[in-house]
Amino acid sequence: MKRILISLSALLLSGAAVAAGGGPLPYSFEPDVTNLPSVQRGARNYMAYCSACHSMNLLRYSRIGEDLGIPEDILKANLMFTSDKPGDTISAAMPAESATWFGRQPPDLTVSSRARGPSWVYSYLMTFYLDPSRPAGVNNLVLAGASMPHVLWELQGWQTKGDDAHHAEDEGHGGGHGPDTGLTLVQEGTLSPEEYEAFVADTVNFMAYAAEPGRAGRVGLGMKVMLFLLVFSTLAYMLKKEFWKDVH
Amino acid sequence: MAIVPNPHKTTGFLGWIDDRFPLTKMWKDHVSEYYAPKNFNFWYFFGSLAMLVLVNQLLTGIFLTMHYKPAAADAWASVEYIMRDVPFGNIIRYLHSTGASAFFVVVFLHMYRGLLYGSYKKPRELIWIFGALIFLVLMAEAFAGYVLPWGQMSYWGAQVIISLFGAIPVIGPDLVVWIQGDYIPSDATLNRLFSLHVIALPFVLVGLVVAHLMALHEVGSNNPDGIDIKKKKDENGKPLDGIAFHPYYTVKDIFGVGVFLIFFLGVVFFAPDGGGYFLEKPNFIPADPLVTPEHITPAWYFGAFYAMLRAVPSKLGGVLVMGGAVVILFAVPWLDRSKVRSIRYKGMLSKIALTLFTISFILLTYYGLQPPTELGTLISRVGTIIYFAFFLLMPFYTAMEKTKPEPERVTG
Repeated sequence: MKRILISLSALLLSGAAVAAGGGPLPYSFEPDVTNLPSVQRGARNYMAYCSACHSMNLLRYSRIGEDLGIPEDILKANLMFTSDKPGDTISAAMPAESATWFGRQPPDLTVSSRARGPSWVYSYLMTFYLDPSRPAGVNNLVLAGASMPHVLWELQGWQTKGDDAHHAEDEGHGGGHGPDTGLTLVQEGTLSPEEYEAFVADTVNFMAYAAEPGRAGRVGLGMKVMLFLLVFSTLAYMLKKEFWKDVH
Repeated sequence: MAIVPNPHKTTGFLGWIDDRFPLTKMWKDHVSEYYAPKNFNFWYFFGSLAMLVLVNQLLTGIFLTMHYKPAAADAWASVEYIMRDVPFGNIIRYLHSTGASAFFVVVFLHMYRGLLYGSYKKPRELIWIFGALIFLVLMAEAFAGYVLPWGQMSYWGAQVIISLFGAIPVIGPDLVVWIQGDYIPSDATLNRLFSLHVIALPFVLVGLVVAHLMALHEVGSNNPDGIDIKKKKDENGKPLDGIAFHPYYTVKDIFGVGVFLIFFLGVVFFAPDGGGYFLEKPNFIPADPLVTPEHITPAWYFGAFYAMLRAVPSKLGGVLVMGGAVVILFAVPWLDRSKVRSIRYKGMLSKIALTLFTISFILLTYYGLQPPTELGTLISRVGTIIYFAFFLLMPFYTAMEKTKPEPERVTG
């Protein structure tokens, strides 16, 4: 038994060592795709603010309706702007020849939250700041030199970084609300910082859903499988005990 | 000796079959009257578990192949199609991708068991050799499979690994083009790796597994004491310390399977990315020959070998060292000169050597997956030296150390 424990702990230790790594992000975010209202709000946010430029060409409208419990008429009226066929995937409203508008074609975002990680997407949407040296006038903490303009500025307001921030504090606007971002809100948006965080959380929840629509189903099935395996292993152990009684 | 049909004299329908095909004979020889030592411990689960994972890979692979498109333009999207539009496609894909990692976990532990208890020593040299061949083919199989999703890490991993052949003097550069079928990894490369992954290598792998088991059943299993149970037999010629594989080890292994599946399916259902080590993040971006990912890391199970590659300053030297790290396994049965098999009765030198080897392999795996740093390179170099010293000095430390007396009968 002692030997088993030693070998198991060796395994766990090597696992922990391997699991380390990855760059620091200002925010960490654990998506909850089982929170349907949040994912639904996220879908609305995505369609309203993102889908003009960013396609999700691996995700069908009908799948969204099915998984998020949205009836087809509501789906068509509120979420489908570029197609009227629920079996279609989400394409961007922006025409292809406009790819040069931002210096590069806005990427498809179907699996971005798996490619970058939900914390990265969350941090990205939280940390746009004013930077006159950039063509769009904004820069981003986690993706320096991002070519995307701050599409959500009306909601979040404008943030500044570094020296500019001091003025804001002098004027009594308060410090940045994020952890160690060094960003300060200099002009308020239509949403309060808390509301904006909730908005971003909803949106990232939707993107996490879009990256793997089968996720909630997989976790649900996994619970049943684990329950079965616990019963199975217990019975298998008792069976082994019974047979091994006559081994001396 | 002539083959006697139906040696067990069965009758009826079974007799009809046994007159024509050795069904009962095979069952008795390999299962119900195959006597295995009764003192198998924790380490002895991993052989049967490796078989389980192999079956898992074959079955899930069949279903993936039904939906996967082996073309550079379609491969990545077809994997996402499997994940989204094929019923239970995400589970099948995760079973296969997690299965690849699980395969290496159980095979590493299975091989380590061999080192612990001297399972490679006479008369089991060929079992070990077949095993080392399985490991070699498994690495090729895993590499080919890793490329198929045609994501960024697939693509650049393929580029790095295939370019290693370019280090071979004179023919290297032409060899790389010949292997790739193109000047860079491309549609042609993907197509041939698909062929190797689903036909050639699994075929060889299954054949080697059969040979591995036939060799094992010819000489009988070793055990944690490393002593020969066939020396002490009862009046029926059955080893005193042996128990029939069925039912004793079948029920025990079924329990092992249950516990293993809790861990394995726990990953499949709740953490299929394996923290980015079983499914790498860059592989969720389609392959792009024009954009190199920040860090190109190999799959975790190649970490140790990749660290050795990087530890050597010259590319050809690194390739030779990395290849040597696998090839040296084949020599182990002849490197160990100890009078005893098991680590339990070997001397202090063997114990120290195995401990250092274990630590260095884990450290090499870790640093092989990190971006290169000065400290990492230094540790990789020391680790590489220890890895090879473990094998190359084995003839000396196993011969000169004082061993403990082996027991007459197996101890628990």
